[in-house]
Amino acid sequence: MVIERKWKKVVYFYVPLALFILFTLFPFYWMAVTALRPDPELYRSWRASNATPFWTLEPTFEHFVGLLQTTAFPQWLWNTMLIAIVSTVISLICGMFAGYALARLKFKGSEFLGTAIFITYLVPQTLLFIPLADIIRNMHLGNTPWALMLTYPTILIPFCTWLLMGYFKTIPKELEECARIDGATRFGAMVRIIFPVAVPGILSAGIFAFTLSWNEFIYALVFLSSVENKTVPVGVVSELIRGDIFFWGQLMAGALLGSVPVALVYSFFVEYYVAGLTGSVKG
Amino acid sequence: MAEVILTGVNKWYDAHVHAVKDVNLHAHDREFMVFVGPSGCGKTTTLRMIAGLEEISSGEIRIGPRIVNDLPPMDRDIAMVFQNYALYPHKSVYDNMAFGLQMRKFAKEEIAKRVKEAAAILGIEPLLQRKPRQLSGGQRQRVALGRAIVRHPSLFLFDEPLSNLDAKLRVQMRVELKRLHERLETTAIYVTHDQVEAMTLGDRVVVMKDGVVQQVGEPMELYGKPANKFVAGFIGSPAMNFAEVTIAESAGALWAEATGIRVKVPPASTAAMRPHTGKHATLGVRPEALRLANGSDPAEYVFDATVDVVEPLGAEILLNISAGPHALVARVDPGVTVKMHDKVRLAFDPAKLHFFDHSSEAAL
Repeated sequence: MVIERKWKKVVYFYVPLALFILFTLFPFYWMAVTALRPDPELYRSWRASNATPFWTLEPTFEHFVGLLQTTAFPQWLWNTMLIAIVSTVISLICGMFAGYALARLKFKGSEFLGTAIFITYLVPQTLLFIPLADIIRNMHLGNTPWALMLTYPTILIPFCTWLLMGYFKTIPKELEECARIDGATRFGAMVRIIFPVAVPGILSAGIFAFTLSWNEFIYALVFLSSVENKTVPVGVVSELIRGDIFFWGQLMAGALLGSVPVALVYSFFVEYYVAGLTGSVKG
Repeated sequence: MAEVILTGVNKWYDAHVHAVKDVNLHAHDREFMVFVGPSGCGKTTTLRMIAGLEEISSGEIRIGPRIVNDLPPMDRDIAMVFQNYALYPHKSVYDNMAFGLQMRKFAKEEIAKRVKEAAAILGIEPLLQRKPRQLSGGQRQRVALGRAIVRHPSLFLFDEPLSNLDAKLRVQMRVELKRLHERLETTAIYVTHDQVEAMTLGDRVVVMKDGVVQQVGEPMELYGKPANKFVAGFIGSPAMNFAEVTIAESAGALWAEATGIRVKVPPASTAAMRPHTGKHATLGVRPEALRLANGSDPAEYVFDATVDVVEPLGAEILLNISAGPHALVARVDPGVTVKMHDKVRLAFDPAKLHFFDHSSEAAL
């Protein structure tokens, strides 16, 4: 984009950009400030003469310490991590094979299967958890991490399959044909050539699956009941709001710590993520 | 070292599309055979069936002593070079070339030796550690060739390998390919839509159209004795001139007549043309078989025309002329001085006239 006049660039580009950044980052900032604020400052009226609603004068880590020592937060963090990683791995493996099959193999009903997988993705979770709850109970998986590790893939696999199917289709099929002439079996060509080339796509599917399972709320709320089994989103909300008392400092500290792993994952792989969603491969 | 024999090979797609129709071919050991034809003629499908990338619907393919109908590509002892090179983008040039040998469990030292050898032949030694995206089109082409030759296969398959290169590089690589083939002494089958490439590279050329082999022959044979009107028009640039004529008998001789053109059927063709007396036929004449007439040309091979466009190419001049309703191209000496709209008198070379059946288009 070439904008010739300087003031035009400021008005049309920097001002909207600044407003947008302010708008999207402000909740995050508010969360951070609240987590660092000492309690007296937290409960001070906005009309008080020494009120500093947008910053804090005496930052403290007392909420973080309290969160880690008096609640099961470390355990929640561990649960969430384990569940997110396991369900991501399951979904990625299934998605890679299913996506490859739908993109490359011609078999009877492949198109129908592709559409059917997509439709399952459209069923809202808020409806799906009712039959799933029944299944989980019958299989005696309630209140175990497996309840989530096995139900998250029901939403993640269709997504991964579709994203990877699209990505595999952008890879020239000659690559694979050449590998097969070079001495690889179809499976060997897929594993040795197609998967390595599709790393950006696989990573972006993985990041998406990971964040979705990390942040998931409804299934976690329904399928897990005991305190020590909870995940971060459910644990923070259910254990730090006692009756009608909101432990704002610890709530925000928990939210902040809970979003750090996701932010880290994104910042490490952001380039791959963009390439995976938009990119193609040149031979 | 292997010969390739196709016997009654057919390819159907979905029972509606008959892409390759009853192809019978025999590529000799160490021969460079070229498949040429317009797009959709089945040449690439035939090549892919030989490679094992497409199943054959019926027939038999033999490479060397073995029938390979049901062998997977990896077991056919072939190497293939693709139009888009198909280099593995995540592997270095060295690993691209080594992959086929690694898959076949060659010893490391042997792999290194062969890759170095191939790289030396192709002049790509300095590039071995690079990734494909850091290479130019010509370099990628060489790597793709290198990947094929390290394997020492018994058959090379080329699927339009030069068509992604610019014109100058294409001519250069064409010569190199020919030289490489001399050196490697391996049977090669090469697919192209470019008839110049086909003529310059092929020991023998297979012309295909609509899934049917039209003619198999050495380049000059195809040029001089095309089996039908399609081959005649496809091989040679500028293309052969065609005119619809009626064969008539007059004063004991046969004449091919059309508005603006009247030419005596040469004695050599008279016997073949006699059954067509009174019927339509197609007269074919190559641009170089037309020249400006001088006084000594016999009147039965001369006609009058108007020059529409003059294309001076340097070594020769192409005259686009019209005689009655017919638009023809003549290739004449560079010394000729004619201008647009000039009236000229042209002479046929009677030894180079072709006649084709009006309905079957076969050469007569």
